[in-house]
Amino acid sequence: MIGPVRYWREIPQRYRYEAARCSGCGKVFFPPRLVCNACRGREFKPVILPQAGTLETFTIIRVAPTGFEDQAPYAVGVVRLADSVKVTAQIVDCDLETLATGQKLRLEFRKVQQDGASGVLCYGYKFVPA
Amino acid sequence: MEVGIRGYGAYIPRHRIRVEEIARVWGADAPTYKRGLGLREKSVPTPDQDVITMSVEAARHAIRRAGIDPVKIGAIYIGSESHPYAVKPSGTVVAEAIGATPEIHCADFEFACKAGSEGMFVALSLVKAGQMEFAMGIGADTSQGAPGDALEYSASAGSAAYIFASTQLVAVCEETYAFMTDTPDFWRREYQFYPRHGGRFTGEPAYFKHTLSCARGLMKKAKVKPKDLRWAVFHQPNGKFPAKAAEELGFTAEQYGQGLLSPTLGNTYSGASPLGLTAVLDVAKPGDRILMVSYGSGAGSDGFIWRVTDRIAKVQKLAPQTRAQLEDRPIYVDYGTYAKFRGKIRKLTE
Amino acid sequence: MREVAVIGVGMNKWGELWEKSHRRIWTEAALAAVDDAGVDRVDAMYVGCMSGGLFVGQEHLGALLADELGMGPIPGTRVESACASGGLAFRQAYLAVAAGAHDIVLATGVEKMTDVDGGAATYALSTAADQEYECYQGITFPGLYAMMARVHMERYGTTRRQLADVAVKNHAHGMFNDLAQFRMKVTAEQVMGSAAVADPLRLLDCSPITDGAAAVVLCPLEMARKLSKQPAVRVAASAHATDRIALHERDDMADLASTRHAAALAYKQAGIGPKDLSFCEVHDCFTIAEILVIEALGLVPRGKGGAAAGSGLTALGGTIPVNPSGGLKSKGHPVGATGIAQIREAVLQLRGEAGKRQVPKARWGLTQNMGGTGASTVVHIFERALGRKR
Repeated sequence: MIGPVRYWREIPQRYRYEAARCSGCGKVFFPPRLVCNACRGREFKPVILPQAGTLETFTIIRVAPTGFEDQAPYAVGVVRLADSVKVTAQIVDCDLETLATGQKLRLEFRKVQQDGASGVLCYGYKFVPA
Repeated sequence: MEVGIRGYGAYIPRHRIRVEEIARVWGADAPTYKRGLGLREKSVPTPDQDVITMSVEAARHAIRRAGIDPVKIGAIYIGSESHPYAVKPSGTVVAEAIGATPEIHCADFEFACKAGSEGMFVALSLVKAGQMEFAMGIGADTSQGAPGDALEYSASAGSAAYIFASTQLVAVCEETYAFMTDTPDFWRREYQFYPRHGGRFTGEPAYFKHTLSCARGLMKKAKVKPKDLRWAVFHQPNGKFPAKAAEELGFTAEQYGQGLLSPTLGNTYSGASPLGLTAVLDVAKPGDRILMVSYGSGAGSDGFIWRVTDRIAKVQKLAPQTRAQLEDRPIYVDYGTYAKFRGKIRKLTE
Repeated sequence: MREVAVIGVGMNKWGELWEKSHRRIWTEAALAAVDDAGVDRVDAMYVGCMSGGLFVGQEHLGALLADELGMGPIPGTRVESACASGGLAFRQAYLAVAAGAHDIVLATGVEKMTDVDGGAATYALSTAADQEYECYQGITFPGLYAMMARVHMERYGTTRRQLADVAVKNHAHGMFNDLAQFRMKVTAEQVMGSAAVADPLRLLDCSPITDGAAAVVLCPLEMARKLSKQPAVRVAASAHATDRIALHERDDMADLASTRHAAALAYKQAGIGPKDLSFCEVHDCFTIAEILVIEALGLVPRGKGGAAAGSGLTALGGTIPVNPSGGLKSKGHPVGATGIAQIREAVLQLRGEAGKRQVPKARWGLTQNMGGTGASTVVHIFERALGRKR
């Protein structure tokens, strides 16, 4: 399980979608990093990701990893947000039968996982139909 | 200095269960329940929704309407009887998510269904006292009713968030009042999963005594009568109690109807009257005066009289409206799914 | 840099090896390779293992296994690149010999996956993906490949049936491999009707959980004839490329860019192109993976990978047999060992010792071993042995 520290460290990204735009070439990184892998630049400006996007691909997880078993079946997809950043997240509040690429989605704050009955609650982002 | 609501926001989960479906499983007579309780269906939180997640979204909506930089919020108080942690406040997660940290006061509130309105009162009062420019009060719950119990038909989920200020208000707070006694009508002991209640004891000596006393005390303090007010919002554990209280006080269905969400939302506990108020604010006109009286078992009521300002029309559409959320693409579940979502049935784990 | 040859290969029967420990499985395969080569010493050892720690709580494998082999105090190095650990271990061994640092080097791979339960095994495998931005969200490996499959299917019209054809072909090949974990035919209907795992992938689209090890012996080509009676197989190319680890970071989620890059480097080193290959051993961790890999290797045009298995193009007897060993699907996938087993197969084929699954007149063989969803790929090209039986 993830534990409180690794969870806490990514809070700016998981809660507030904080990303970084390379000052050299404009590529956006989520999460932020030290070196731009497009132009090798090391200067970045903070940006917040747009919260709406389009579904590029997805799957329905039927055999879930430990901790997610009770959620199966659930959809996970790669969504392209504006600025050409793609993120991976669950898609919820949707009809699994009619989910299709190209669907418009938006980010919503949800509980993503939890460490058993006594461990830390881990929040983050999921997508819902726009 | 005038203080009041600068921004408000609501969040209602999209899943629903109908009274018929619950009645079917427990062998109850659905039409009788629907008539007797004035309820048709209620909202159901999915396992990934809780007081924290709903409050983040409601708070985000409130910030949009308030038009402020969230880092300036000086306090956040979330009232609930279903905080996800017993120790570690819901408020820290919500404050972090909306970008209100780190210069911010916070603690979680509990007072059965009136924890949210108490949070609102305290936040409002901090602004009034000149302690801070903005303060946030939220009422939210994902509360539970025991399987087969009357409360199972109504216990639902939702969140309402308010940002209080003294500038650019959408509703001025004209008056407040509180009425509280020690009345054990409904309670939940530590480590118990479900609450217990005193049956009919929850009516006259509890809900009605406090709601009516608070409403009367409030109107007397403000020197108003029901005909001076445009809207009335009451705590709504079902569709019947608030209507009865309103009529006994002299309010008409036209006055209390808009803020009465429970027939299709259920009882959102600490979110109940705060959400009712958001539904009224969504349609209110400048100059409208609104009476809001909450009720929390244990027992007590908080009363407020709000006067809507010209700014209301500018903000109503800036975030999802409450009745629109109630009607937007509901997803109905059966009782088994509902029980699984609410943790009433669980797998055996080591 | 010196030319390098492979002079010995070894492997054990792969499967759920309840009675055998991690170190015992490895040592059997290592000894088989040493004995096959006929050498009496090795100068250095490399072991590819994705996670001794998560599967059996054992790290420090370089030291442990060098000792198990009885050949201490030789340098033992554990190499990790998720599912490409074996291929990368071979590359490190190759570089050591080519650079003149060592003469006789053992390149091995091992994984013991069945001492932990399914959930723990799945977790260990998931460490090949982005922990914080993929796995945190509840995605699984089949889920990641399923998403790649959907892109390929929607863009190029690849069908669910065509995915199944890869499993059918590889199981048919595996019937001829006496060390394979699963030696049974499957039909496309069985594949498509097996338990749903992550839409559109089903259980029989996925390679299994396996215990096993494999090993090969390398030496300078010029010493091969002196050191061993085995026909030497020359390492014609060794290449390694990486890509962004998260699937959502890829420029094109249906393009295995690291395979494309590594293959291009390898073809250049070997002085050949894809049309010259006699066979390939590729990383079919999921059926869709083989389809994507053969496109990235240039065996078929981009987008046309779906038809290859069902049409017979990549079957034994076809124009370019892919996974004559049975692939990961039928042979099994003890993660760290896979890359080495692919190389063992290439060597057997090029020696003419592959029995019923022999590719006739095999001259050039390519192995492609991939980590995660393609964040790392190691490609090797081998050339026919000198003095090989036909």
